Formats: sequence, C-alpha cells, structure tokens
Amino acid sequence: MATTTAPSRVAAATEPETQGRRINLGRVAAWTAMIILILITLFPFYWMLRTAFSTSKSLFTDPASLLPVDFTTGAFQRVLGLATPAEAQAEGGSGAAVNFWLYLRNSVIFATLTTAGQVFFCALAAYAFARLRWPGRDIVFFVFLTSLMVPPIFTMLPNFILIRNLGLINTMPGLILPFFLMTPFAIFFLRQFFLGISKEIEEAAKIDGAGHWRIFFQIVLPMSTAPIVTLFILTFINMWNEYFWPLLVGSGENARVLTVAIGVFRSQTPQGSPDWAGLMAAVLVAALPILILFFAFAKKIVNSIGFSGLK
Amino acid sequence: MTTADTVEPIVGADYKPGGVRGTDKPPGRSDIGIALIFILPALIGFLVFYLYPFIRGFYFSLTRYNLLGTPTFIGFDNFTRLFQDPLFWNAILVTVEYVVINIVLQTILAIAIAVLMHRLTQSTVIRGLILLPFLISNVIAAMLWFWLLDFQIGIVNEFIAFLGLDRIAFFGDSAWAIPTIAVVNVWRHMGYTALLVFAGLQTIPNYVYEAASVDGSTEWKSFWRITMPLLRPVLALVLVITVTGSFQVFDTVAVTTKGGPGNASRVIQFYIYQKGFTEGQFGYASALSVILFIILASVALFQLRMLRAGESDLA
Repeated sequence: MATTTAPSRVAAATEPETQGRRINLGRVAAWTAMIILILITLFPFYWMLRTAFSTSKSLFTDPASLLPVDFTTGAFQRVLGLATPAEAQAEGGSGAAVNFWLYLRNSVIFATLTTAGQVFFCALAAYAFARLRWPGRDIVFFVFLTSLMVPPIFTMLPNFILIRNLGLINTMPGLILPFFLMTPFAIFFLRQFFLGISKEIEEAAKIDGAGHWRIFFQIVLPMSTAPIVTLFILTFINMWNEYFWPLLVGSGENARVLTVAIGVFRSQTPQGSPDWAGLMAAVLVAALPILILFFAFAKKIVNSIGFSGLK
Repeated sequence: MTTADTVEPIVGADYKPGGVRGTDKPPGRSDIGIALIFILPALIGFLVFYLYPFIRGFYFSLTRYNLLGTPTFIGFDNFTRLFQDPLFWNAILVTVEYVVINIVLQTILAIAIAVLMHRLTQSTVIRGLILLPFLISNVIAAMLWFWLLDFQIGIVNEFIAFLGLDRIAFFGDSAWAIPTIAVVNVWRHMGYTALLVFAGLQTIPNYVYEAASVDGSTEWKSFWRITMPLLRPVLALVLVITVTGSFQVFDTVAVTTKGGPGNASRVIQFYIYQKGFTEGQFGYASALSVILFIILASVALFQLRMLRAGESDLA
C-alpha cells in the first residue's frame, strides 16, 4: 500500500541536516505525502465518474482507459428510468425497471423527518436539562447518556419486533419512528451549548415576564443556530447513509431507501458481466444530494467536526 | 443513530457524566411542570425505543423465538449453545481481525494526515477534500471499491497486472476478504478521524513547539515528545469511538462478500443478522447481541482506564 509509507516519508525527510535545506526538503516531502493521501482519497470518485459515463460492454475491451470508454449518458438514463428496456440491454444493463425516483423520495422523507424531529425534540429536552430545575434531573440525564454505550443492533432487534407488531413493516412511519423523538447524543450535544449561553439575557427576559416557552423560542433557539445547524447536517448525513434499520424494516418497495435499493440493484446484476456503468451511475446519483449539501455547507461541516466550538 | 461503523463527533473531552457544570443546583423553586412538557417527547422516545427494547433484548436472549409464534423461555440455553458454536467463535475471530487491521491502519493514517495538515496548511479546502469519502454511505463506498478491486477489469488489478504481478481476488479469496473490507473502511473513515485528531492538535499551544525548536528539537523529535503525549486524551476518546464502531462492521460485508467466501468475512453483526432474519432464530440472535454488547462495554471501559482518557498532561 502506498498509503502506509506516508509517515515514514516525513520521518526520513526531517532527519537533521543543514538548517535551511532541512526545512525545504522536509516540507517538500511532507507536501508530497499530503498530495498522495489526497489522491488516494479522490481517485475513486473520479473513477466512479469515468465509469458512469462509459458503455458497460466496452469497459471490458479497455479497462484501464483513464477517460470514459465509449462516452454515453446511457447509464444515467437507465438508472433514472429514462431508457427503454431495449436501449438498456443494448448497453449492457439488465433492462429491469428501477424505481429510482421512489427510492429518492423515500430517502428524502426518511432523512429529513428523522433529522427534524430529533433535533427539535432533543433541543426541548436539552433545554430542560440545562436550564430548568426539577428533582431527578441529573439522574435522568445520566441514564440517557449511558444508553450511548449500547450498540444500536442490540435495541434494533426488539424494535423490529415492536414495529412489526404495530403493523408498520414496509411503511415510512415504521422506518422513521425509532429515530424521530430522540437520540442520547443529540441531547448531550445541545445541552453542552445551552449550558454555555449567558444567563443574564434570560434573567432579563424573565423580569420582563417572559415564560420558558418564549425564552426557549425567542432567546435560546436563535442564539444557538450555529450548533443546531451543525447537528442538523451531521444527523442528516448519518440518516441518509443509514443502512441496517432500513434493511430490516424497509426492504419492500414502498419504503425502500437508496442505500437499500443499491444493495438490491447490486444483487440483481448478472454475475458474469455486471452492469458496472449502471452501478456507478446509480451510486453517483444516490450520493449526489449529500455531495451538493456538502459543497453548500463545506466550511461549516468541516469546522464542526471535532472539539472546536463545543466547549 | 449510527450505521454499523459510523462514528459520532466527539464532544468536550473534559466532560464528567452526571456533572452539573454550569447549571445551578436544584434548591428553590422547581420547574417540574414545565420541565415535564419540555422533556416529554424525548422521554417517550427513550422509554419506547431505548429502555423498553434494552430490557426486551435481554429477555429475548433467554428465549426460543422464531419470529412467528411467541417466545418460549429456555433460560441460558442460548448462551451454552453459543459457546459451543464454532461459527460464533469464527465470527469473534474474524471481527477481531477486522478491528485490528482497520484501527491500526486508520489511526496511523489519521494521525499522519492530521499532523501534516497541522504543520503545513490551515486550508479548509484540503480538510474538505479529505472528508469527502465520509459523506458517502458505507454501501456506496463498498460498491465503489467492489468495482475498483474487480478481479477481471478493476483498475487496481489492471495496475497489478501492469506491474507483472498476479491478479488478486480481493473479495473472493478468504485470506484477502477481511483485510480488503478493513482497508475500504479505512478509506472512508480516515479523513473524518483525521479531522478529530486535527481538532485535538489545535488545543496544543504553539509556544510548546517554539520552545522545543529553540532548544534544538527537530520536527520528528517534537512529534514523539510533544505531540503524541499531549494528544493522548484526545486519541483515547477517538479510539474508544472508532474501536466500538469498528466492532459493529456490517454494511460493507452485507453488500460485498455476504460473509464469504466460506465464513471468511462472517463478522459478528452480520452473523447476528443472518441468525435473526434469514434463519429465524431470533432468541439466539439476541443472545449474540448480548455478547456483542458485553464485549463493547468491556473494551470501552478497558480503553478508558488504560489511556486515562479523562486526564490531560497539559496542566
């Protein structure tokens, strides 16, 4: 692996030499390592693009070409359901119908509703933990926190039974419900912020006769837009990429989200000569909404990861 | 909620559970009425989708339950059976192999990327590029690498053949399956982990490096004598999160090898899934998930003790 050599490159380059040369050589070697790591990160994305614009059948004749082989947008048409079965088969697709728009709609509903519900209800709860006085508050908070230690699969198995007994298998409500009301992490995350908000403004509002609802909606929420947007984006990415729970509860057509659909699409492709162009077009289109979201909020997302601003 | 090996962002390293930092003590007027309204939705969510299934999970592990009838209580039979199940031990072994390869590579690369970024550039663009693989789902990353590593016409094997070496069946060879899956997930997570480490690096004050440099320390020496020791608390938390996430690998296996070839990549979470949902042995699957829970909790507690995560040397 080229990647594993990166740290030793830096090491070798920073061995003592003469002062000036050492810094230059060190920096050059360090930049080289950095660029190699970035290339390893980005190359697969380029290859996804290159393959998606190729004709599946021609990929076999020229597998190493750096540019798309037999350039075509046929793969995208197949995925989006714009090509006739005959056209699809001519280019190496299976010709089977793909309900891409339905899966996209399901993914959007699932990720948006779970994220919105979670962030809103957790903000309410976090406020009660950070600002209100009530007996047992810290014990309840501690119990909430300990559930972070439980692996998701442990609770997902019984949750599956519950959703099944409620008759909600293969429905959007069944998919959404377990994530809709809270996650311990979101409460913890928002409580930390609310603790940091200066109390004086709140006290002033109280003197003016504002109740807790007004303080929450008109003071605390507007003052916490940054962390709330951060939490929203991170939760949305996680929910968009969620696979295990939708696989259990939403494997049927009606509640199938994109991650599950790609798994199904892959298992349907013939073993001998998979429709690689079609597969790559499918994953590209499935990743596109998140990538657009990322480029719109790149700076925010990048800076939100880690400890910065969380104190 | 996370997918199998997704990690959540880390929050304030100095946090002590149950603490009331910054809040006032309860004496005086209690807001119990209004607090109940604020907390009610989350409380219902917690009771119904966390606490209730948590208790039920333990109960199911003591039953025989094929998903159709009602669960029959059978005591600890599932657990005695489990310890004699070679596939269970295989799953543990395979998962541990995955975790070791995944964590070692990922941690080394993440530290390397973080240190390089820290010493070279503050560019948000570079940090954004490094993060890109984390944004696509495990399923997409798995499909993408399934193509890149294809035996016949995958570009990696084309390159290997170009070098005059033998093509490798990355997902189809039992010796290669787990290392391959581990590396695919390193690719997806290393940038994210690097950003966590990077955030930790930024808490180290610059004057420490300046002082070391005045005393004639090289970058290499400073890395081992300043960066690594001061990074320890951050690294401890990062490791607790990545290791517990890594133990729950599922998505990549489910869309590529499906546990194969043979049992070579039948990791514990995939084994639980198969037992519970394809073989209809829900009680047995629950017992397996109890074991997974115990393993994860012990690993996390052990790590926190070993790495003394709560303490900083930067006093």
